[in-house]
Amino acid sequence: MTKQIISVTINGARQTHEVEPRLLLIHYLRETLGLTGAHIGCETSLCGACTVELNGKAIKSCSMFAVQANGAEILTIEGLASADGKLHPMQEAFWNEHALQCGFCTPGMIMVSKQLVERNPHPTDVEIREGLDGNLCRCTGYQHIVNAVRAAAKAGA
Amino acid sequence: MATTVTRIEKLVGKRLRRKEDPRLITGTATYVEDIKRPGMQHAVIVRSPHGAANIKGIDTTKAAALPGVSAIFTGKDITHVGSVVCGADLPGLRKPVHHILAQDRVYFVGHPVAVVVASDRYIAADAADLVEVDYDVTQAVTDPEKALAPGAPAVHPEWPDNTAFLYHQTGGDIDKAFADADVIIKQRITSQRLVPNAMETRGVVAEWLQADRALTLFTSTQIPHLARTILAGQLGIDENRFRLIAPEVGGGFGSKLNVYAEEALMGFITMKINKPVKWIESRRENFQVTIQGRGHVDYFELAAKRDGTMLGLRLKLIQDLGAYHQLLTPAIPTLSVLMMPGLYNFRNIDADVVGVFTNCVPTDAYRGAGRPEATHGIERMVDLLAAELNMDPAAIRFKNFVQPDQFPFPTATGLNYDSGDYGATLQKAMDMIGYDDLRKQQAAARAAGRLMGIGISTYGELCAFGPSPATPAGGWESATVRIEPTGKVTVHTGTSPHGQGQETSFAQIAADELGVPMDDIIVLHGDTAIIPYGIGTFGSRNTAVGGPALYYALQDIKEKVKKFGKMLLDAEEVTFENGVCRDPKTGKEITIQTIAGAAYRAMKLPPDTDPGLVATKFWEPSNFAFPFGAHIIVSEVDRDTGEIAIKRYVAVDDIGNQLNPLLVDGQLHGGAAQGLGQALWEQAVYDDNGQLITGEFMDYCMPRARMMPWIESSHTVTPSPVNPLGVKGVGEAGTIGSTPAMVNSVIDALSTLGVRHIDMPLTNEKIWNLVNGAKA
Ligand code: FES
Ligand code: FES
Repeated sequence: MTKQIISVTINGARQTHEVEPRLLLIHYLRETLGLTGAHIGCETSLCGACTVELNGKAIKSCSMFAVQANGAEILTIEGLASADGKLHPMQEAFWNEHALQCGFCTPGMIMVSKQLVERNPHPTDVEIREGLDGNLCRCTGYQHIVNAVRAAAKAGA
Repeated sequence: MATTVTRIEKLVGKRLRRKEDPRLITGTATYVEDIKRPGMQHAVIVRSPHGAANIKGIDTTKAAALPGVSAIFTGKDITHVGSVVCGADLPGLRKPVHHILAQDRVYFVGHPVAVVVASDRYIAADAADLVEVDYDVTQAVTDPEKALAPGAPAVHPEWPDNTAFLYHQTGGDIDKAFADADVIIKQRITSQRLVPNAMETRGVVAEWLQADRALTLFTSTQIPHLARTILAGQLGIDENRFRLIAPEVGGGFGSKLNVYAEEALMGFITMKINKPVKWIESRRENFQVTIQGRGHVDYFELAAKRDGTMLGLRLKLIQDLGAYHQLLTPAIPTLSVLMMPGLYNFRNIDADVVGVFTNCVPTDAYRGAGRPEATHGIERMVDLLAAELNMDPAAIRFKNFVQPDQFPFPTATGLNYDSGDYGATLQKAMDMIGYDDLRKQQAAARAAGRLMGIGISTYGELCAFGPSPATPAGGWESATVRIEPTGKVTVHTGTSPHGQGQETSFAQIAADELGVPMDDIIVLHGDTAIIPYGIGTFGSRNTAVGGPALYYALQDIKEKVKKFGKMLLDAEEVTFENGVCRDPKTGKEITIQTIAGAAYRAMKLPPDTDPGLVATKFWEPSNFAFPFGAHIIVSEVDRDTGEIAIKRYVAVDDIGNQLNPLLVDGQLHGGAAQGLGQALWEQAVYDDNGQLITGEFMDYCMPRARMMPWIESSHTVTPSPVNPLGVKGVGEAGTIGSTPAMVNSVIDALSTLGVRHIDMPLTNEKIWNLVNGAKA
């Protein structure tokens, strides 16, 4: 398969790689770049574990090819805390509210929750639950995740 | 040497956020799939698309020709590797030999037939598609009752009756109970197959170092040590040259309390090709080949007096085992039998279990493992009895509860309930939800034609596995405490937490006992090269068995600290509190940090005392622990759509003392989500040909945030006398309590339409048909 060159800005740093056209974005992030924070829970766009931000929008990176991200700016969970290690308020809220157990869904959950509050700074619980609809968590029963998103919104995340 | 003792606040019992979270919320934790080794190859497994077939031939030529493919193995290559191990035994149990790659037959969809190894996962997947397997498809059977019928297709030709075992347990005088009964309630109740669906699928990275004859294997497991022992046996290698690591594990729920074909297969491959190899299970594979839960058809008969007194229970339990046994498959229904009496004071039971082979993936432990099925059964039967006698479901429970003064309570099934006040949890739940008022609201709703239901479940469970004679592989747990020369503390636990939070709660125990800050303690687990042998994480045992092991190791090390303190203070006696040894006579003090330095420097030693500060404890409980609780769910059914709205959910759980209530809440919420999943949405469906129709998240309905109700949670606290921490275990309670409360609620809602029982899951379609069928 002919490879293609793509250039992407990831967590603020410019990256250029030659990739197979069929390489999924999630595999590009995880295998080529070693950014293993985004996880693979299904590869069929149904669990949200692979959620990252592409040009400011939360997307499921298992359902997109790396070549489609050419020229884009991508933010992954690894780029969320500031350079000095200060956590993003949504990370802090997940920690405070015990919104994770095994942590496998967590990077995706945090990315989607960040987006949710950016779009709707004062969500009701129902709106939070609807906003999380694309992300599965098998551990928490979601209640503490709802608490975390509510708390982060209150804190002005 | 004098310091001022600052009273340190006790941490056990506090809602503390977790020590393990920083790596998890920053995406820097290492799960199996994140592991890369130099020269690592990727394996993709070719699996049977048929439920039952003979393999006539396998052609790997095309696959082998693909550039990048380094090896292909089929059944004939692995005959010397030990087959998949079943650790459970029952009299007369038939154990099919389950090779790690199929020989001449496949007996479920997903059965591994060949494995392709390549330099890249995409190439391995391409090559796997090129492997040609010639199948001669035969008749499958997937329904356990059909499998028992005469003339059914045989899953294993050598056992045409598809019966793996018969198991009978009886207690008390069941015939007398039924002879004395005024009423006998009979009901067939099913517990459908469920897919555990940990969000992280399984995965293995295996690396063989030929020169040392040493294998390192990373696997997503709940039982690193047991897995190492079993896999070493299968592979014929030395256990001490085999390092098994459970890195970050993304959920298990019982599905990783197992040792799977792929783990041995990766060990075999790396030894063969002398390169590291990785296999990551796809979600579709996870649906098809990781164990499933439940799979019961139960026939219950309950004998009672007209005043509501329960006398005895008969059960015929048909367990769908699947095509072969995984680690504990045949043992799971025996746990159901043990918990048959629930929280009730009758002592006559009789249970007949038949374990049935089907052309499906094996069932095995899934959150609750046998106890949810039993609890659902007894809690449904109590409600049926209440309905028959026109009694309130709460009143009939109060009437039959084992009373607080009856503990320890020996059950008809041979258990000894440790402690409890069952009425107190139910009363508290009723008070929280406003039960009497709710019944009035319900009467008004019914008068207005609305379908409102109130469902109660009062559950008990046996957990904290457990005394060794009652477990297949030892029921103890280990802990090591190592105080380093600087006074920092390293704890090793033989449990293998993967979300339950013991890096935090065990640090709380150590902080309180040693008087050192939480931040000075780390808790390590899951690596057989570092951690003394442990049993692992399942059956709500981390805190209730691993916790006491740690507690006693801490007592040992405190004794040693005191010996050094006495010597260093030149005292006759010392106290040790808040991390400080003190001579009560002189008031002189010395900190644990200073003592630690002296213990390793060893300029001088107390009499009969070795240098260093390390203590290891293996601790075994004398009994299980028995958490209990009461869940009440208010629901309303929409007549037009069949939709069920959960209006309120109150849960009062008694899990004994709580180390960290924040973590307890998390366990209960997550458990309840899985329990409601079974009640309302989830079901693994096989068709008659053995196809798994619900093989993806698209077809298998998982609980999502918008589907879950707000859970109003509270507790009573009845410490367990079985262990020094007074804890009972919380991992499975939410799952066990929630399911029957939900189902009872909906059946209560529909009772005005004459509905007596509905089998799970209570899908909208099923409900709509009932409501509208009842209308017609
Ligand atoms: S892995 Fe992308 S949605 Fe599940
Ligand atoms: S924390 Fe385990 S899946 Fe969400």
